[in-house]
Amino acid sequence: MSGREFFIDHSRCIGCQACVQACGECDTHRGTSMIHLETIERLDSVQTAPQVCMHCEDPICAQVCPADAIKKTPDGVVQSSLKPRCIACSNCVVACPFGVPKYMAEFEQMMKCDMCYDRSSVGKKPMCATVCPSGALTFTSMEDIQRTRRGIPVNSWRFGEEEVKTKVFVMVPRAVEQVRVDLIQIAPTPAALPVDPYDVALMLEAF
Amino acid sequence: MNTEVEDSTKCKDCSGTPRYRQDFPIDWEGDHYVSRREMVKFLTLGSFLLTVANWITVFARGLIRKDSSAVLRLGPASALAQNGAMLFRYPTAQDPCIAVRTPQGALVAYSQVCTHLSCAVVYDKSSDQLICPCHRGVFSVDQGAPIAGPPTRPLAKVRIEQRGDHIFATGLEV
Repeated sequence: MSGREFFIDHSRCIGCQACVQACGECDTHRGTSMIHLETIERLDSVQTAPQVCMHCEDPICAQVCPADAIKKTPDGVVQSSLKPRCIACSNCVVACPFGVPKYMAEFEQMMKCDMCYDRSSVGKKPMCATVCPSGALTFTSMEDIQRTRRGIPVNSWRFGEEEVKTKVFVMVPRAVEQVRVDLIQIAPTPAALPVDPYDVALMLEAF
Repeated sequence: MNTEVEDSTKCKDCSGTPRYRQDFPIDWEGDHYVSRREMVKFLTLGSFLLTVANWITVFARGLIRKDSSAVLRLGPASALAQNGAMLFRYPTAQDPCIAVRTPQGALVAYSQVCTHLSCAVVYDKSSDQLICPCHRGVFSVDQGAPIAGPPTRPLAKVRIEQRGDHIFATGLEV
């Protein structure tokens, strides 16, 4: 893939939704946007964060697929489910640690970011990276990103005991070597949970 | 404990990959790979099915009725005078046809649809020909063959016969 990699810099996201629009115009999934633009702590902040597929080296979505429908290309891009095989069981949706796969009810199929495979396989940038005005989504060489950014790219994650290596990098401060996502023990009853101040449903109830 | 669980999912002599994962690889290349054995299986089964299908067509031919077209009574024989014509619709109400009794007494019938641009042909008594009035196409009454004008293909022939005192259309000649 012409030596270029995909980098996400969440701190640069300005929530303009350009990537969401551009994603919907990609030829591999025309009309359907695959990117997630997450809102973070919306009570206090307007910070948003884009989430494309991280393209794990050992994709758990493909590991859990009972229908053998999710495949990884030689250049490491994990594709959407194959339409003739997908049985719409949503195993991958539940299994993905990044919450990337979407079950599309109208197509009865799982679809996910495939890094605009028609474009990136011939050396072009994915659609979202072509339009991102702030460089939160970038498709460039490793040297270029290290030269132009303050943070460093990291593609190693730790979810509790599980280590995950991804094809896509995220920009983190220089001190960080691995992104650690600690698991919290969820109490058996919702009543025992502390009130989440960012719960949208609770916010709406207040009005 | 953990290693035991892992070991039980891996086969002993295939470098740590579970057997099911070898059969259903995640990698695109592995998924597209067709082994020699699969190829031979496909060819064997494919040729077997072709052979069976061929034998079925050979033996099933006898099971198909040769002439399954409907027989339609057109009217009494007196309705069709010598050197006269009669219109009817066969095999459906959308297919206009023309029956002619030639001056020699032979009974013939054709589709009325001209093979040029689908106008209705009529019988011309004086010249004993079927004539299309639209572009002056002319068909012979004996065979329905085009003999003048723009048409190049013959009219579709309808099998017609007289049984006793009645005339019947019994099928289309293809």
